[in-house]
Amino acid sequence: MLKDLFRSKPRYVTVKSQTATKTSEAERKNQEQSLWIKCEGCGELLYQKEVAKNLYVCPKCNYHFRINARMRLEQLVDPDTFIEINSNLVSSDPLNFPSYKDKLAKSLERTKLKEAVLTGRAQIGGHPVMFGVIDFEFMGGSMGSAVGEKITRMFEQSLETRFPVVMVSAGGGGARMQEGILSLMQMAKTSQAVGRILDAGIPYFSVLTDPTMGGVYASFASLADVIVAEPKALIGFAGPRVVEETIRQKLPQGFQTAEFAMENGMIDLIVERKDLKEMLIKLLGMH
Amino acid sequence: MINGIFEWEKPLVELEARIEELRTFTKERDIDFSREIASLEHKADALRREIFADLKPWQQVLIARHNKRPTTLDYIEYMLDDFVELHGDRAYRDDQAIIGGIGYLDDLPITIIGPQKGRNTKENIARNFGLPHPEGYRKALRLMKQAAKFKRPILSLIDVVGAYPGIEAEKRGQGAIIAESIRQMSVLPTPIICVITGEGGSGGALAIGVGDRLLMQEHAWYSVCSPEMCATILWKDASRAAEAAESLSLTAHDLKRLGIIDQIVPEPLGGAHKDPEAASKLLKGIIKEHFSELVRLEPDILIEQRLAKFRQMGEYLITQEQESKAAGDED
Repeated sequence: MLKDLFRSKPRYVTVKSQTATKTSEAERKNQEQSLWIKCEGCGELLYQKEVAKNLYVCPKCNYHFRINARMRLEQLVDPDTFIEINSNLVSSDPLNFPSYKDKLAKSLERTKLKEAVLTGRAQIGGHPVMFGVIDFEFMGGSMGSAVGEKITRMFEQSLETRFPVVMVSAGGGGARMQEGILSLMQMAKTSQAVGRILDAGIPYFSVLTDPTMGGVYASFASLADVIVAEPKALIGFAGPRVVEETIRQKLPQGFQTAEFAMENGMIDLIVERKDLKEMLIKLLGMH
Repeated sequence: MINGIFEWEKPLVELEARIEELRTFTKERDIDFSREIASLEHKADALRREIFADLKPWQQVLIARHNKRPTTLDYIEYMLDDFVELHGDRAYRDDQAIIGGIGYLDDLPITIIGPQKGRNTKENIARNFGLPHPEGYRKALRLMKQAAKFKRPILSLIDVVGAYPGIEAEKRGQGAIIAESIRQMSVLPTPIICVITGEGGSGGALAIGVGDRLLMQEHAWYSVCSPEMCATILWKDASRAAEAAESLSLTAHDLKRLGIIDQIVPEPLGGAHKDPEAASKLLKGIIKEHFSELVRLEPDILIEQRLAKFRQMGEYLITQEQESKAAGDED
């Protein structure tokens, strides 16, 4: 598991900082672990095992490395309680978009996931929940028809079971361009499914991780009863480069971080990764 | 485009100019050119049909962006009587990038909303070039909820490049209001018709684009991103937008084929800008037809059908899972 993450050469790996276009550390596919990684947050050389034990958070500066869906599951969900649903729901290529099939094939190979979102039932601190998690490594966590359908079905199952929903987003890619208008409409479809459980009085907690942008942020991810974000996660609607080009100025320090969103009243909580599970258990217990 | 005429229209425009010349000659000099005129008109007809029969996606985009294309206010002037514009989001300010208000569609009072581009430079600045801030969407939502309260039908005319991607817009929750607007529009107990009249720029359009009927004018475009954005993402070169437009399936015909829109609203030949009044008549007729059907439905049924409409959008595959050994219990 760990050895899949890091290159053997060089002896340390530079971990890129947050922007919606950078790829996750875990994407560096490779067979042997290196002993050291360099934190992009503080530049320190860290002993890889230490970082892993610390849930992939830099013990020196608290930089939260991007992690994949399976790691999220391990960290947040009670062991052996996750039962996946709709695992066989995958993308076709409805618009015959150039290179889409290639990109899908590459993502399939790299992540061993069938799509950018994993959905299912689970328990968190013994509370039964519907649990969904987006994996940024699969086409930037972007939402196409398959992702939209899986998320919608998860919320629909919440309506049947009355299990609260915990949705972990890392959709830096927003709505998936390669499926055009169909991707856009997934924003409507998922938001409507969320709306139904909210109206039914079923709790929904959204966890925003680095990066959560565009059509993912501007639909189901924003509609939760309680919105929790990891520190310094990139959160926003328009991509930072688009904003920069539009206003033709440098962006202010901290723009579109979780802290910025908090200051401007957009999210409820910023919770460190090590406290995330506990917070979810607390929230579930209160509802 | 020069003088509002596109490159591909030039042969036709030149031909039409010649016909006009001959007509003038005939009058002034009392010479009979009727046979020549008839022949040229025949050619012009054929040319017209040829040029406009098969416009490429990029040509559609250019027509949708024509600077004389009718705007929301133009359609309000042509289609509605006694329009009263309403303002503000009751929280922050009045965003002039979106127009909203109440008017009579013949004898039916409706709420109408829509982004508005400026008709000159000064107006463009006041209207932020038709790019709404969150307060614009909040105004639209306020007016739509108000309409629902009075069971008044809603008409959303959509021509928007996108939600404004600025710092203040992000601060004031652009993503959040788009999500909220989509969700709340979905369950409003009153008939809603959304028409893409020009540019359908992604979330900024969808925020006011959830309806019982989704219509698109013939030359409008609607997609998850602009051709320029697509070109930037694919090739890091926004100038290849025309190529990108080919891949995005963003025309009215594409969206009809994909089952996203209910009907294509025809435009005068060459685009609505050629004859805004005629374009309005075509649009009004179709809107009235749809409203007359929709007002007859009970709100519950209306909402159920609206949700069902969006529920079926998307195309994906369900692969066969491997049969597990446990399934073979008959042995």
